[in-house]
Amino acid sequence: MTTAQMPKAAPAPEAAAVRKPPRRRREGAAWVFLSPWVLGACVLTLLPMAVSLYLSFTDYDLFNSPNWVGLRNYTQMFTEDPRYWRSVVATLTYVVIAVPLQLALALIVALALKNMKRGKGFYRSAFYAPSLLGASMSIALVWRAIFNDGGTIDNLFGTGGWVFKPGWALLAVALLTVWQFGAPMVIFLAGLQQIPGELYEAAEVDGAGRWRQFLSITVPMLSPVIFFNLVLQTIQAFQVFTPAFAISAGKGGPADSTLFYTLYLYDRGFVASHMGYASAMAWVLLIVIGVVTAVLFRTSRSWVFYASEGDR
Amino acid sequence: MTTTTTSTPAVRMPVAWARAALHAGCLAALLVMLYPLAWLLATSLKPADEVIASLDLLPGRLEWSNYETALEGVNDISVGRLLGNSLLIAGGAVVGNVLSCSLAAYAFARLRFRFRGPLFAFMIATIMLPHHAVLIPQYIIFNQLGMVNTYWPLILPKFLATEAFFVFLIVQFMRGLPRELEEAARIDGCGPFRSFLLVILPLTRPALITTAIFTFIWTWNDFFTQLIYLFSPEKFTLTLALRSFVDASSTSAFGPMFAMSVIALLPIVLFFLAFQRFLVEGMANSGIKG
Repeated sequence: MTTAQMPKAAPAPEAAAVRKPPRRRREGAAWVFLSPWVLGACVLTLLPMAVSLYLSFTDYDLFNSPNWVGLRNYTQMFTEDPRYWRSVVATLTYVVIAVPLQLALALIVALALKNMKRGKGFYRSAFYAPSLLGASMSIALVWRAIFNDGGTIDNLFGTGGWVFKPGWALLAVALLTVWQFGAPMVIFLAGLQQIPGELYEAAEVDGAGRWRQFLSITVPMLSPVIFFNLVLQTIQAFQVFTPAFAISAGKGGPADSTLFYTLYLYDRGFVASHMGYASAMAWVLLIVIGVVTAVLFRTSRSWVFYASEGDR
Repeated sequence: MTTTTTSTPAVRMPVAWARAALHAGCLAALLVMLYPLAWLLATSLKPADEVIASLDLLPGRLEWSNYETALEGVNDISVGRLLGNSLLIAGGAVVGNVLSCSLAAYAFARLRFRFRGPLFAFMIATIMLPHHAVLIPQYIIFNQLGMVNTYWPLILPKFLATEAFFVFLIVQFMRGLPRELEEAARIDGCGPFRSFLLVILPLTRPALITTAIFTFIWTWNDFFTQLIYLFSPEKFTLTLALRSFVDASSTSAFGPMFAMSVIALLPIVLFFLAFQRFLVEGMANSGIKG
């Protein structure tokens, strides 16, 4: 973030006099420009967060007024609700499988395309396309069919339908996420292109091999972008909904193995009308994502290297 | 471009081979990746008996009537109507996001006001805020306002710049514009409103187009919000109509179901083909300048 720059010293007294009233007016003008965002931030973000915190301590079904129950939603969630824990396990397993696989593939493809002379633009666009299509219901339905009994995977490997096997169903959802590696790949590629070529030339002169160059130049120079992708994809993975809904026909099965957190939250809040319970779940999710992000930021100090600190 | 002329043929050969192998690898990966799309297109044209019996990807004969069945829609609501509903929501979201996000972005990028730093940090933080944390109270608010089962909950938030990602995107773009232009406009007597409208906005067009396309595609693909807020079939979107196939267990409806899926994907594919440069560049820049 840059701090607002002071205008250069006013060249003449009249000029300063002319400039002053607009500046005061600009403060007012700024709030006019900001007003939709301020309204949205207050009414659709801050107020709802406060309300959902309150509701998380109540029993509320949308029709009768909320009934204060203290910490009961939370204690029930953590100690009496096995489905809640299954949803936590499913979500964490999915995040831990899907995000590293997706980012690794994105990085490999970006490295392969980096020095390509012809066809780079084509491959970049073609690999990116699934990122736009993958979130749609259409593709989720295709996925369900391909991984179903008698689907492509069953025919190729004789594994039966993954959709009906606990563990495998989750992997099918994870593969749909991996399929959308194009978005982080495009970001990696842009980052790779910003690494100055002289660094590699110098390393070559010093006799560094490919692998050495990758470890000593590419990884540190790319680390801010790796970090950005890691945070973004992790946060997104925690919130995945459509594919799990489609693959499990909205139920999170088999045996709750694809009962993602958001799916269970939807089920509690909007199917079973336990809005208080769902609010408590939402707050736990918020805190968990906050903690995970904070941990990522904390560890980033030891492995993310910002070139601009030194030489800009 | 060719390799340097000084290298001997013996050295050049492996380079050419490596390049060929790279292309072969990329093409193979591309084929695997495009398989689900090919499968979708093929299945949408398969007759019902071939869906299960035949393992071939390509249909034995083309069953165009799948598309005729699909066009009739779901629950007596035609695909034309569903498409119109989807377009209405996506269109409203695009107008809302472009307007509200560019206004807020201009203030953050160019104007000075109290608490600018903290407010900017807050705006960035809301990019990472999980939607579910605000979902239930938002639903309660819209329920109190009598707006559930209308399109307002899907469109109104976009007019209030709630998608901070786009504010950030436009801020980054505006910061790259030369300040001299506005200085000149100011000397010519333009206030902040006119210099926004006449100087900054036209120059910001690439970022606005990126915002518009991403908003369109994300809104088009959105399922969760629509699932919660819309329940009358005549208000359904294509996505919600497709959802009713999710529970269907028989494969006999496969042809029409995937014909409808193709129709639902078509706008995104067209947008992608028309604007891929903006999409890819927009995505690339989101990570670099941050």
